[in-house]
Amino acid sequence: MSVPSPARKMRGASEMRTGRFGLVPARHQVLSLALLLVLLASWEGGTRAFGVPEFMVPSPLAVARWLVAGFSEPLTSPASLAYHLGVTLAEAAIGFVVGSVAGVVVGMALAHWSAAERVLYPYIQAFNALPKIAVAPLLVVWFGFGIEAKAVMAAILVFFPMLVNAMAGYHSVDPDLIELARSCNATGAQIFHKVVLPSALPFLFAGLHMATILAVLGAIVGEFVGATAGLGMLLLQYNNTMQVTGVFAVLVVLGAVGYGLNVLMMHLERHFCFWARRRKNFG
Amino acid sequence: MSAAARGVEPAPLIEARGLGKTYETLEHRSVHALSDASFTVRDGEFVSIVGPSGCGKSTLLKIMAGLLPSTAGTLHLAGRTVTGPSPEIGVVFQRPLLLPWRTILQNVLFPAEIRGVPPSHIRDRASSLLDLVGLGGVESRYPHELSGGMQQRAAIVRALVQDPTLLLMDEPFGALDALTRERMNVETLRIWDAQRKTVVFVTHSIGEAVFLSDRVLVMTPQPGRIARVVAIDLARPRTLSMMGSAAFAAHAGLIREHLDIGRDLDIKKDLVSGMSR
Repeated sequence: MSVPSPARKMRGASEMRTGRFGLVPARHQVLSLALLLVLLASWEGGTRAFGVPEFMVPSPLAVARWLVAGFSEPLTSPASLAYHLGVTLAEAAIGFVVGSVAGVVVGMALAHWSAAERVLYPYIQAFNALPKIAVAPLLVVWFGFGIEAKAVMAAILVFFPMLVNAMAGYHSVDPDLIELARSCNATGAQIFHKVVLPSALPFLFAGLHMATILAVLGAIVGEFVGATAGLGMLLLQYNNTMQVTGVFAVLVVLGAVGYGLNVLMMHLERHFCFWARRRKNFG
Repeated sequence: MSAAARGVEPAPLIEARGLGKTYETLEHRSVHALSDASFTVRDGEFVSIVGPSGCGKSTLLKIMAGLLPSTAGTLHLAGRTVTGPSPEIGVVFQRPLLLPWRTILQNVLFPAEIRGVPPSHIRDRASSLLDLVGLGGVESRYPHELSGGMQQRAAIVRALVQDPTLLLMDEPFGALDALTRERMNVETLRIWDAQRKTVVFVTHSIGEAVFLSDRVLVMTPQPGRIARVVAIDLARPRTLSMMGSAAFAAHAGLIREHLDIGRDLDIKKDLVSGMSR
């Protein structure tokens, strides 16, 4: 973006306190990494020293070997981590897009037509209070063992936080900014597009942050219930056959995916919402 | 030197007759925010509206901006009835109201963009106006990087960018500290002089009104109405040192007197209505 300024630096400082990626001082990043190495080393040492069997807690090196082997398998192999990762990511991505678009559209519409909000909001709250994972078995009945059931599960999980954040974002708009736009002869559509939507963006990003996590969660849960591919299915399979090293390998992949998505979202947020300071504690 | 003395007598740009605004409360009671406001503003004139909170001055300005329909009377701008916002009317609000995700230049171009004017047609004007108010170097900065005074200058440029005939300013410097406010007043007169606009300026500061204006409309509350019009016969160009002069104090005193009389009348009226209840 543009020239650094005192204001921009101050923003950086406030983000540092909340541990935002990339703005953490190099010294602290080195410490974080060092801590990771210490933990891995003591884990490795512990499993060797106490002779922990691999079917209980595998050593980090064994997990690493499994990861290397899993990602070296050809995509057609049933043990290919890359293939199953791809399936899970595809399910999560479809659910993420469908759920967040639907959540934003419905949320904005409800916030715009307050009568609709008052009529429908009790139902939305009731559905939101439902443990949505409980519908996963039903989704298998309706959509089968393919990718659809998992995408729908992910979309359902993503929908509600996006809806709530879209409504909060809509209501957060400064009414004086709308008056300003009206004084420039802005139409309703222009007011929405040029004032309301950008104003709501920090709230939408707060929702999208949660949505990335929930989309992967939805895909995994969907796979637990019934699937022919995906990391969730692989996890269950390894667990049932006591291949605990494989379970750990899948968990490491899922952790890395979650971390990567989080970093990606933070970069997107900083790019699009650089102007919003201290307004991120929503959702 | 008043506007009339600058050249030939100009035709009235604004003509308000019996303007009123009545709100209906939930209990079906009528509240008169503005009552029977009649006045004219000449082309090129600087007119201030002074009054306490709740006297209807902001209501009057919103009606003039086309943002609020009146419930009584007529309002003409250059012979045409005001029916809504128009590029002929630029508005500066109490707060700068810059869109935080847009650069200063993008903010300044906002009204033209909304009205479908290609940026190329207006960019040069925007740049020269930004230079005029001393914001030439910060075109690509974002609002949060600027001080409150600079933000309000950008808002003034935004109001002027489509070359309106009328500039409406609603307590634009109320949120600034006293020193910045005085500087902004000098700046406002400089812009007014350079751009030859007609300005209607709402304020609750008597000193600000006297310093800036050719004429001051004094308003009193309950119902909001124009109590008196005071002509300010101070020479132009005006300087801050004039604020210490006897003539300045005399004008300010006259306005204060009208505000006080209005208040006294209201207090008496309240007492009477209180007793009859």
